This record gives sequence, structure tokens and C-alpha cells, in this order.
Amino acid sequence: MNTTVPTSVRAMANPMPAVVTAARRNVWTLGLIGILALLFVVTKIIQPTYGPRGVQGLAVSVLPLALAAVAQTCAVIARGIDLSVGSMMALTSVVAATLMKDQSEGFAVAVVIGVLLLGLVIGGINGTLVVMTRVPDIVVTLAMLFVWAGSALLVLKTPGGGSADWLSGLTRGTLIRDWVPKAAVMLILVVSVIWIPIRRSRLGLSLYAVGSDPMAAYRSGVSVGRTKILAYMLAGLFSALGGLTLTASTGIGTPVPGPYTLMSVAAVVLGGVSLAGGKGGVFGPVVAVVILSLLRTDMTFLNVNTNLATVAQGIILVGVVMVGSLIHMRREN
Amino acid sequence: MAQSSIPLRRWLSAAGLRTLLREQPIIPQLGLLAVLVVASELIRPGIVSPNWAGVMIRAAVPLAILAASQTMTMLTAGIDLSVGAVASMSGFVVATLVGGPGLGVGIIVALAAAAAVGFVNGIGAGIFRVHPLIMTLAMSLVVLGLANVWQIQMVQTGAGVPTEFRTVGASMFFDVVPVSLLVFVPLAVLIILVLNRTGYGRLLYAIGDNPTASRLSGAKSWQVLTVLYVISGILAGIAGFLFSGLTNVASVTLANSALLPSVAAAVIGGTSILGGRGAYGGTIVGALILTVISSILSSLGYPEAVRQILFGSLIVLVAAAYTRVTSPS
Repeated sequence: MNTTVPTSVRAMANPMPAVVTAARRNVWTLGLIGILALLFVVTKIIQPTYGPRGVQGLAVSVLPLALAAVAQTCAVIARGIDLSVGSMMALTSVVAATLMKDQSEGFAVAVVIGVLLLGLVIGGINGTLVVMTRVPDIVVTLAMLFVWAGSALLVLKTPGGGSADWLSGLTRGTLIRDWVPKAAVMLILVVSVIWIPIRRSRLGLSLYAVGSDPMAAYRSGVSVGRTKILAYMLAGLFSALGGLTLTASTGIGTPVPGPYTLMSVAAVVLGGVSLAGGKGGVFGPVVAVVILSLLRTDMTFLNVNTNLATVAQGIILVGVVMVGSLIHMRREN
Repeated sequence: MAQSSIPLRRWLSAAGLRTLLREQPIIPQLGLLAVLVVASELIRPGIVSPNWAGVMIRAAVPLAILAASQTMTMLTAGIDLSVGAVASMSGFVVATLVGGPGLGVGIIVALAAAAAVGFVNGIGAGIFRVHPLIMTLAMSLVVLGLANVWQIQMVQTGAGVPTEFRTVGASMFFDVVPVSLLVFVPLAVLIILVLNRTGYGRLLYAIGDNPTASRLSGAKSWQVLTVLYVISGILAGIAGFLFSGLTNVASVTLANSALLPSVAAAVIGGTSILGGRGAYGGTIVGALILTVISSILSSLGYPEAVRQILFGSLIVLVAAAYTRVTSPS
């Protein structure tokens, strides 16, 4: 390979096996996976009947929020933030539900493709506005939150529409074994198929470059504006996927955005993605979402009042982020 | 200030006009407000009257107080997303306590709770350097959950918005001047004085403009931030009293819908979300602009969907125009 020189240089500077280096780089995600494993054990202890069915329910309920978190990650890595994720999900969900109602299964395939394109377009509009107006991302997407939520209401006033059977079938049930929920497989598949090629391409590198230092990226020949627009298009695409899973799992479209936007920001930070941009990946936030949902399930098992569960969620969120920030500060010292 | 010493003639050139608009952002803001008032009159002839102005101001006052929290936190490059939950909580707490321990106790308890939330926010953002967005968002979850628990505890005693709040929040002297101005004007004057005339105000600008430089010159940012978020919480609490008085509703989610408009009001009012730039005067005009826009949109008789779309588009448009006018060319 032509990368012998840099590798050997790195090896000299840092005499550690590649596995250790990779582990160090993903220490946050690995930690999250550890916490998740621990949580599963705890869940099994407090609710001995927790089994494949519980895992399946968890996977289905996690799906929309996980995709929202991935959408948010794409924007945040490029030093943006997208407060319109929830509204975009509502819009794509009602468009899908309206178009699929009483239509053939084949037509639904076209609808799914169309909705994904719609996600790219509305994400592109967000990104273009951010780049062209030079208004801070948070303000533009805050305003677009109203625009997409209004559009969703325009498409469908009250919850309604329908979903194709095959689409709903994609998220229900299990694959091969009892304990492999289809929803989890779909999530990993969809995110990997879209994210990994991008991460390895020039675009992926540009996303991280623009996120960590836009000026340096610009001087190295990265088109900052175009990269940002692409980041928002990705956010739109994943929001559309999230919207589709909403329609698929409920069988209808709901025009009122769920609590996905703010929870996605929380999941992104929990997942080890820096709000300052340029750091982290999509898998950390996904694991964070699963942890948050499983915690809620556990608290239900323990008969904790749902309101106190919300309180606990907030405290855990702050606690984990504080620990992360302390580790970071220590390292800097 | 320097502007007054520069001869008037300089403003008459195009470049001079740009400088004027950049240095006095309140001028284009007031211009936009005037345009919107004229538009209201054109859309519904005869609607603009002293009474209409009073109704607009009455609706804008609680929003402007919430937006004060955003303005001050945004000056330090922060944001306070807990103000919606805190405002709802404080209005609700008073409504539940007024029947038993009384109005005074209710107000003290509510403001103490609001200040406590702000204190935690400040500690998190100041000492632990948690991003204010996350810190305040998580605290809003905590507040909402606790307020719900409180609601379940208090459901037997029955809740009602105190008459005093209804008088202050909703009545108007001679059908023109909202009573809430009695609360708002001193508060606004105090905020503007603190921002412009005190060392603490300077520190807020300094920390937002350049955290490293302010640290090197001896500013203890964690102290400044802790005090700031406590102030922000108390302001949200006061706004909550006015919201509950204005709507005669006590609910744990009452002011949640005002959270995003409060950020928008500060932004339209010229406060930079990146820190170091902004003034409360602009934010007040921003709150008025948003109130007049929503009034126009509802008087047009469009459905909620179209109203939301237009509202969002107008925010982008105003923010973009504002950035264009005021950015150094």
C-alpha cells in the first residue's frame, strides 16, 4: 500500500497496536456500549421475563428517534445544528401516509423513493438558506421548524393516511432468530449503507474538516458552503427515513412533530459528538438513544412515576455530559 | 457616544447610511415595525387604534421578558432553553398555592424555584462547561417532570390564576395602556442599565466576545455565568406570572410555545447568537415585531398551517436582511 510511510511514522510516534489505537479513538462509543450491556443485565434482573419480545418492542420504539439522532449528527459534525429535524419527520411522514393510502404495494415503492428525495430537497433548502443568508444555523433551522411543521399541517390536518403492508412489515417482527428484531437490522443496515461510504469518501472528510475548522478547510480547497449544504441534505434524508418509520410503525401520518428535535440534540451530545463540530460518528448517538429508551423501560418496570422518569432522564443527560466534560478538561490539563 | 460628534452630512451618503444602520440597528428594526403596523392597517382598515396598540403591547410584554433571558444568555454565547418550562412552572406553582398559603408565599416559592433552576444551569454551564444548549434543555426536562409531579400532588386543592395576576397581566388602563407595563418598564430599564452601565454588563459582553481574553484579564466566567442563569431563571418566572395572568390559564406547559419565539425575538432584535453583540432595546422591538406579525397572520384568516409557514419564512427573511444590513461589508 502507498500509505506505508505515514503508518510507520505513526507507529514510531505511538508504539501501540492498531486495535488499541482504534479503541482509544472510539473510547466514548465503547463506553456507551458497555453501559448498554450493563443496562440489559440490570433489565433482566429487575424483570426476569424480559426477553426477545421486550427487545423487539425496544427496537421498534427506538427507530424514529435513532434516525433523528443520526440526522442531527450529520448537521452537528459539520458545525451546524438542525432544529427542524422533528418537523421534517412530521412532513415526510404525512406525505408518505397521504400518498400511500389505498394505493397498491408497488406504488408505495415509488412513494418511499419520492419521500426520500423530498427529504434531500427540504434538507437542501435548510442548508442553502444557512449558507446564503449567513444567519446562524440555529436561527435558520428554528424558523424552518415552523415552515416544515406548517407544511405538514397543510398536507394533513388531522392524523390519517395509510401505510403499505410491506413497509410496515419491514419494522415488525424478527429475523432468523427471536432475538434479532427486524427494526434493529433495518436501522443498522440503513445507517451503514448511507453513512459508511460517505464517511470514507471525500465528502466525509470535508464534513469533518468543515466542522473542526471552516477556515482551514477553505484554505485546503474544501468548498465550505457546498459541504454544509450536503450535510443538511443528509440530515433531511435521515429525517425522511425517520418520518417513514413513523408512518410504517403507526400505519398513519401525524402532522404534529414529536419531541424528536430536542431529544436528537441530547442523543448527539450523549453519543460523543461535539456541538462545536468535527468530532464523533453516527453510531455513538444511536447507542445513546437505545440507552435512553431502555432506561425509560427499566423505570416503568420499577414502577417509577413517568414524570419522575422524565426528571431522571434530564439528570442522567446532564450527569453523563458533565462527566464527559470533566474528562475532557482533565485531558487538556 | 461617538456617533453624535460625526456631522449629519456623513449619513447622507450610501456608505454612511450603511454605517448608521450598522451602528444603530434599532433604526431598521423600528422601520420594520412601522411597515408592519402600516400593513396591518392596509389589510384591515381601521384596525390600528390606541386600543389595538395596547393589545399588541400587552401580548408582547411576557414574550419580551422571556426574550430578555435569551438576550442576556446569548451575549455570553449561551442560550436558555429552560425558560419555557420555568415560566410555565412558576405560573402554575402560584396558582396552586394561592388558595392555601397565599399569593405572597406562592410568588416567593415560584421565584425561588426558578432561581434554583437557573443556579443549576449556571453551575453546569459555568463550572462543568456543559454546552448551555444541553444544560438548559436537560433542566427543562427536569422542571417539566417535577411540575407534573407537583400537579398530581396538588390536584385535590384546586388551582386558579390569582386575580392579581389577571389584573396585572390582562387589564389595561383606559383600554389603552396595559397594566403589565408597571412591571415591564422598571424591569426593562433595569436590564438596559445593567447591560450598558455596570461592570457586570460589560463582563457579559466580554465573555461572549472573547472568552480567552476575558479570562486572561481576570474575569471569573463561572461566577458571571452562575449569576446570569439565576437572573435568567427569575426573569422566566416573572414572565410566567404574566403569561398565566394574560391567558387566565395555569398549566405546566403554558409557556412552552413561547420558547422558540423568545429566541426568535432576541435574534430579530439584533442579538448575535454567537455572543458579544446585542442590546435589550432591540429585543423589545423584536418581540413587538413577532406579536404584530402573528396578529396580521391571524387577521388574514389563513389556516394555522399557512400561518406557521409564513411566520417561519418571515423570521428567515428578517434575520437575513438584518445580517446583510449590519454585517461589515
